[in-house]
Amino acid sequence: MNIAVAVDDEVRHEARPSASEAGPAAKRIVVGYGFWIFLLSDIVMFAAIFAAYAVLAHASAGGPSGLQLFNQRSVAIETGCLLASSYTCGLMSLAIGSRRYAATYWAALLTFVLGAAFLALELREFAGMIAVGAGPQRSAFLSAFFMLVGCHGLHVTAGLVWLAVMMAQVAIKGFRATVERRLLCFSLFWHALDIVWVWLFTVVYLMGVLS
Amino acid sequence: MNLLGKLDWSAIPFDQPIIMGASGGVVLVIVSILSWVTLKGYVPYLWREWLTSVDHKRIGIMYIILALIMLLRGFADAIMMRAQQAVAAGGAQGYLPPEHFDQIFSAHGTIMIFFMAMPFVIGMMNFVVPLQLGVRDMAFPTLNSVALGLTASGILLTNISLAVGEFSKTGWVAYPPLSELQFSPGVGVDYYLWALQISGVGTLMTGINFVATILKTRAPGMSYMRMPVFCWTSLAANLLIVAAFPVLTATLAMLLLDRYLGFHFFTIDGQGNAMMYVNLFWVWGHPEVYILVLPAFGIFSEVVSTFSGKPLFGYRSMVAATMAICVLSFIVWLHHFFTMGASANVNGFFGVMTMIIAVPTGVKVFNWLFTMYGGRIRFTVPILWSIGFMVTFVIGGMTGVLMAVPPADFQLHNSLFLIAHFHNVIIGGTVFGLMAGYNYWFPKAFGFKLDESWGRASFWCWLIGFYLAFMPLYALGLMGMTRRMQHYDVASWQPWLVVAAVGVVVILAGIVCQVVQLVVSIRDREQLKVTADPWNGRTLEWATASPPPAWNFAMLPQVTDIDAFWKRKQRERTQQAQPPKEHKFEPIEMPKNSATGFVTAFFSVITGFALIWHIWWMAGAGAIGILLTMLAFAFRNEEEIKIPADQIARFEQAYQAEIAV
Repeated sequence: MNIAVAVDDEVRHEARPSASEAGPAAKRIVVGYGFWIFLLSDIVMFAAIFAAYAVLAHASAGGPSGLQLFNQRSVAIETGCLLASSYTCGLMSLAIGSRRYAATYWAALLTFVLGAAFLALELREFAGMIAVGAGPQRSAFLSAFFMLVGCHGLHVTAGLVWLAVMMAQVAIKGFRATVERRLLCFSLFWHALDIVWVWLFTVVYLMGVLS
Repeated sequence: MNLLGKLDWSAIPFDQPIIMGASGGVVLVIVSILSWVTLKGYVPYLWREWLTSVDHKRIGIMYIILALIMLLRGFADAIMMRAQQAVAAGGAQGYLPPEHFDQIFSAHGTIMIFFMAMPFVIGMMNFVVPLQLGVRDMAFPTLNSVALGLTASGILLTNISLAVGEFSKTGWVAYPPLSELQFSPGVGVDYYLWALQISGVGTLMTGINFVATILKTRAPGMSYMRMPVFCWTSLAANLLIVAAFPVLTATLAMLLLDRYLGFHFFTIDGQGNAMMYVNLFWVWGHPEVYILVLPAFGIFSEVVSTFSGKPLFGYRSMVAATMAICVLSFIVWLHHFFTMGASANVNGFFGVMTMIIAVPTGVKVFNWLFTMYGGRIRFTVPILWSIGFMVTFVIGGMTGVLMAVPPADFQLHNSLFLIAHFHNVIIGGTVFGLMAGYNYWFPKAFGFKLDESWGRASFWCWLIGFYLAFMPLYALGLMGMTRRMQHYDVASWQPWLVVAAVGVVVILAGIVCQVVQLVVSIRDREQLKVTADPWNGRTLEWATASPPPAWNFAMLPQVTDIDAFWKRKQRERTQQAQPPKEHKFEPIEMPKNSATGFVTAFFSVITGFALIWHIWWMAGAGAIGILLTMLAFAFRNEEEIKIPADQIARFEQAYQAEIAV
C-alpha cells in the first residue's frame, strides 16, 4: 500500500511541475494571497499601536486608570457579539459556496447586526468615559487607549460598510467570480478583526484590571 | 465659522522674494507645459494612454519622471544650503534667514527620501520586474495605478507648501516635542504629515502588489532559485515595505492625533513619551534604508553580470545575503540614537547587530568583484556607475561600521560626519544604482539608447562632485560641526564648506549633462535605435521587443534555468538548422484602463489640503469623493479587454522580421 502510494507520487511528480514552477497562479489564489499580505501589514500596524499602548499603559498623569474605568460586563457582551458575528460570517461563506441567496442575505444581516451592536456598545463606553472627564486628552494612557480601541472600531466600521456594499453587489451582479473573490477577502478581514480583538481584550481589558 | 479654515492671504509669503520667485517660476513652467499640451491636442492621448493606463511599464515610467523632477527640486534645496553654509561664517548671516533655512533642509530630506528615491526605485521595479518574471502585468494592475496617484498626491502637497503656507521646519524626521503643536503651531508639520500619510498608503499598496506578483505570478518553470537577482532584491524590498510602512503610518497618525485632537502620545504634559516617537520612527526608518538600497544592489547584479559576459558569481549566496539583510534590518534601529540613554547592554546589542549586517553586504561586494574577475568587461555607462558605486559604497559602509561603535557614536551623533556617511551610502548606493538602471533599461523602455558620451560626462561629474562635496563633511564632523546650522562662528570650518559647495556645483554639472544626454538622445533617436537585445542581455526582459507591446510576451516563456534568455540564445545557436516554428496565437486578456487612480489622487489632494488648513467641509467632500470612486470601480462591469489574435500575430511578425535583420 505504502509502496504503491510512493510510486504514484513519483509519477505525478514527473508529470506535473512543482507549485513554484507551475506558472502564474489562478486569479482567486493571487487575490486571496494579496489580501493575506494586506492583513499582515494591518496587523503590523496594530502591533505598533499595541507597543505604544504598552509603553504608555501606566502613564495616567494622575488621572483615572483602567481599573477604575473598564466595565467588564459591557466588554464581555461586546466580545460575545464580535465572536458570534465571526460565526455568522462563516455561515455566510458556506451559503455563498452553495449559491444560496436567501441564506447569504440572512447570514450577512446577522453579521451586520452583531457588528453594529459591538460598535454601539463601544461608542457607549467611549461616551461614558469622556463624560466623566476621562477622554483621550486626559493622559497619555487614555490617548493610547482611545487610539488602539478606536482603530479597531474604525476597522469594524469599515467592515460594516464593506459588507453592505457586498450585499448590494450580490443582489445586482449575482455570484460572479469577482464578487465571490471580494466576499472571500471580506470574510478574511472580518476574522482578522476577531483575532486583533482577542489580543486587545487580553492586553487592554484583562491586564488593565489585573494591575 | 470660517469657511476656509486657517487659510487666508497671509499664507502666501509675498514679502519673501526667493520663495515668490521660485514658486512663480514653477507655476509658470506648469502652466506653459499644460497649455502646450492642450494646444497641441495631446490631452486625449495623455489621458487614454498614460493617466488612465494600468500597464506596469507606463506606470513605472511615470514614477521615474516624477522622481527625476523631484531630484531637481531636492537638488535645488541642496545647492541653496551649501551656498548658505559657504558664506555664513563668523558674523555673516548669509542670504537665508533661519526659518527659511530650516524649511529648506526639512524639504530636502523629505523630498529626496520619499519623493525622489522611493518613486525612482518603485518605478524601476514596476518597469522591470514583470518583464523579468516573464508575465504580462502586475498581480493588481488598477491598485498599481492608484498607488502611483497617491504618491503623486503626496508630491503635489509638498510642493504646494512652497507657495501656500510653509513647510515643516523640524527636519525630515519631525521629532517631537519640537513637531508638536506647542512648538510648531504653523501648517508646516501638517503638510509633512499628510503628504507622507497619503503617499505612504500608496507605497504600502505597491509593496503588497509586488509581493503577490513575485511570489504568485512567474513564467512557467521559474522556480525561486531561477529568479533574476533583481526580482529577489525587489521581493526583499517589498517585504520590508509591507512590514515597515504600517509602523510609519501608525506613528504619524499618533503625531496627527496629538496635533489635531489634543492627544498626549509625545507631548511634554500628560505623561507623553517623545522618545517613543524616535523609536517607532526608526523601526520604520532603518528598514526604509534597505528598501532603497536593496533594489539598487539588484540593478548592479544585473549590470555587472551582463557587461562582464558572465553569470553572476555566487547567485545563491547573493540571494541568501539579500534575505539576511531583509531580516537583520529590523533589529538595528536603535543605532540611530545611541545617545538616547539606553543601558550599555542595549546599546551594545544594537551596535553588534549593526556590525553584523555589514557582513552580507560585504558578501555582495565580493560577488560583484568575482563576477567581473576574468570577464570581458564592456565599459558602458551602466558599468561605470556600478564600479563607481563599489568604490564609494565601501567607503560609506566602513564609516557606518565606525559609527556603530556606541562610544564613537556619542562623539559623531548628529555631526556632519553622519551627514557625510548617509549621503555616502544613499548617493553612492541608491542614486548610482538608479542611474545605472536608468541607462541600462532605457533602450528597453523606448527603443533607443541614451547617448554614451554625455552619459560618461555625467557619471564623471557626479563621481568627482560627490567626493568634493562630501569628503569635507567627514572632516568637519570630526572637527565638531553639527548638522542643520544656519550660520557658525568657527572660521576654520569655512574653507571645507567652500570646497563642499564647489563639489555641489560639479554635481550640478553632472545633472546638466544628464538633461543634455536625454535631449540629445531624443533628437538622435533614429541613429540610437536598437532592437530587442541591445546589450546581449541574460534575463527575460530582453526576450521581447523594445519597447515591449502592452502584453509583454505573445507566449509566456518557458524557463529552464537561471539567466533564462541567455540559455535560450545558446540553445538556438547550437540548433540553428531548425526552421522557425509557426505559432498559432491566442487572444490575450489584458486589464482594462481605469481612471480610478487619477480620480482617487485628485480627491486625495483635496482631502489632504483641506485637512492641513482645517477646512472641514472640504475634507469631508474629498473623503466622500474617494469613497464614491472606489464604489464606481467596484461596480464596473467590464474588467478586461481581449486583444485579438491577429493583432498579436501582426506585431510578432514585424518583430521577428526586425530581429532577423
